[in-house]
Amino acid sequence: MVPLSHYLILAAILFAISIVGIFLNRKNLIVLLMAIELMLMAVNLNFVAFSHYLNDLSGQLFVFFILVVAAAESGIGLAILVVLFRNLSSIDVEDLDTLKG
Amino acid sequence: MEFKTILFYLFSAITVVAALRVITARNPVHAALFLVLAFFNMAGLWMLLQAEFLALALIMVYVGAVMVLFLFVVMMLDINIERVRQGFWNNLPLGALVGLLMVGEMAVVVSGRYFSLANLPPQSMPANYSNTKELARLLYTEYAYPFEIASVILLVAIVAAVMLTLRGRKDNKAMHSSDQIAVKAKDRMRLVKMSPEVELPAVAAKEGE
Repeated sequence: MVPLSHYLILAAILFAISIVGIFLNRKNLIVLLMAIELMLMAVNLNFVAFSHYLNDLSGQLFVFFILVVAAAESGIGLAILVVLFRNLSSIDVEDLDTLKG
Repeated sequence: MEFKTILFYLFSAITVVAALRVITARNPVHAALFLVLAFFNMAGLWMLLQAEFLALALIMVYVGAVMVLFLFVVMMLDINIERVRQGFWNNLPLGALVGLLMVGEMAVVVSGRYFSLANLPPQSMPANYSNTKELARLLYTEYAYPFEIASVILLVAIVAAVMLTLRGRKDNKAMHSSDQIAVKAKDRMRLVKMSPEVELPAVAAKEGE
């Protein structure tokens, strides 16, 4: 049987991969959003693994709520991205410096 | 080695490779498709953890809805890939350092003897145990208020997404009732003050002659 720590390490690896993705994809906002989704998925894996091994269903409910928030976040994020592309014709994070003056 | 263990390593290997391809893929469409693969394998892992409802919800919500939305947006925007890829690997040393540090620390903590995670026995449920039913029981009793808040969040997300991307038509003849109510008489009519008669300078000059 797979011990709990293997699931946790897998989640940590996925989380770190998405952190690296955020470092790498500074010019591509779409892949940044995908990396955030990946991060949330890693966190969800932790919740589900603990919920299974501790025999407590609350963890799975939290995963449910995280799914809701993640879906809302990606929906609004993509809408902002579309508006941004209409105005700037670019999805580079470095172009978002209008407020800097 | 047990079959479930083999499945765990298979699913996790595919997930990690797909995640790596998500962050390094040249084409955003490929990145989105690899993300679909990662989500699919993650659903398999959740199945192994006996979270059947969430595994199926992950496939339906993410693979079915969110990723289609991503693909839609990726294909709608005309992205200059060459410009996006410029200086792509510049941040790799810092990013890889941070990532490796995180994984190393996490592995030390989680797999260490003092955390005693290995002692937790995996749970096995009776054959007639329904994960969905138990989840629903908890969701509609103990977590009823968070459930309602979640639905409100989804509603707000719908409204926000529509309002953000809505472009008014140019030939739109809709009336703004608040503007109509707020109108004042002085906005509609301008009273111009003028003297009743003006002496023409030419006439005055003639009389002075």
